[in-house]
Amino acid sequence: MRWGRRGAEVTAAADLPRTALELQNVSHAYGDRPVLHDVTLTLGESRVGVVGANGSGKSTFARLLNGLVVPSAGTVLVDGLDTRTQLREVRRRVGFVFQDPDAQIVHPTVAEDVEFGLTNLGVPADERARRVEDMLARYGLAGHHDHPAHLLSGGQKQLLAIAGVLVMQPQRVVFDEPTTLLDLANTRRVARVIDELEQHVVVVTHHLDLLTGFDRVLVFEDGRVAADGAPAETLRWYVDRLS
Amino acid sequence: MTLALYVPVASPVHRAPAGLKLALLTGLGAGLFLIERLDVVVGALVAVAVVALAAARLPLRALVAQVRPVWPWLAVLLVFHLVVTDWRTGTLAVTRLLALVLAAAVVTATTRVTALVAVVEWLVRPLGVFGVRPARVGLVIAMTLRFVPLIAERAQRIREAQAARGATGMRLGMLVPLLVQVLRLAATLGEALDARGADAPVSPRDRRAGAPAP
Repeated sequence: MRWGRRGAEVTAAADLPRTALELQNVSHAYGDRPVLHDVTLTLGESRVGVVGANGSGKSTFARLLNGLVVPSAGTVLVDGLDTRTQLREVRRRVGFVFQDPDAQIVHPTVAEDVEFGLTNLGVPADERARRVEDMLARYGLAGHHDHPAHLLSGGQKQLLAIAGVLVMQPQRVVFDEPTTLLDLANTRRVARVIDELEQHVVVVTHHLDLLTGFDRVLVFEDGRVAADGAPAETLRWYVDRLS
Repeated sequence: MTLALYVPVASPVHRAPAGLKLALLTGLGAGLFLIERLDVVVGALVAVAVVALAAARLPLRALVAQVRPVWPWLAVLLVFHLVVTDWRTGTLAVTRLLALVLAAAVVTATTRVTALVAVVEWLVRPLGVFGVRPARVGLVIAMTLRFVPLIAERAQRIREAQAARGATGMRLGMLVPLLVQVLRLAATLGEALDARGADAPVSPRDRRAGAPAP
């Protein structure tokens, strides 16, 4: 169960019905610079990968999915909820992991940072402590409870960032280039973490290996979906196009 | 550089309420500057050291690490007094500051940031009538402690990048790239705070139901 703003129990996001992520004629521009052009998609799959060149619009696409970016035109629906008008509920359902973990770790020590999101949700102290310990143990950070976050390795920081999102029990998780700053060993570790998640995930990445076993892959190009399909064929098309 | 100073040890000082420790620190600070007797101030310094090492069971190196950055300033202060006043006044001033820095180090080393922040939130709660949100104030303090070492690390990287290209020493030219990095960091941090539910944190009244008392 999840705790509401007045301490009342409400249904955890993970227990809510999942339908799909829908983009209906979505366009977006930063000032005069257009980044997405009339994108229409329905994503019902459990594992969706997104690839594309820098500046192709894939990170903006990821940010649309939990309302960090509201589209200039069109509608984004998360399980039927409009990100423009039902933002709080959308964010409760969709967790977001950024490329740079340093930018999303907000507390000085490891356990305090994992606890941060739970405090925002109004979860009682004993429940917070239980969930934090569970997350730290799950992601190999149990021995770093009171460790200064800035002294962790890059891989540990990314695991901490992921733990800080997952402890809030979102129904879906969007990863924006989660392995870009990591070495090979930590990339594999994060890949395993993503692979083991029960949540539906959308992973934006340049590491194509990360998308092995995914249900669907989108290729973004100049703000449009240039290819969309099963990973094997879509990634082959993408690699051929680059070469 | 580290501002996250908590040293996890089981001790009565660690278990003491954060509010009590901050109140004692405030009282000690006021008392040290009201008392002019050198023997009393030296006694206070010794007492703080005993509390740190015996009662709080803090490692000596942790205390030394906290005091080390202020040594140059203490030395300057002592020399200033030797020139302008006399050795006794200088020793009194330096001992006062040393005792206070050590006491502050004991408080931060034995108190989690969340507990300190909870005290600050409690203290600023009366300002709620002027629209101040205590949770926001607490978050700002926690983020300051988190990001000062991070920004120092980024500055060091820029220095290294500039040194690799032939620049030497401290250069004003590093301020612009550092500012750009900090602004980028701030933009992503804002998004991360939104994504983690910090856009509308629970009110102090709601949080009291779950959060530990200060």
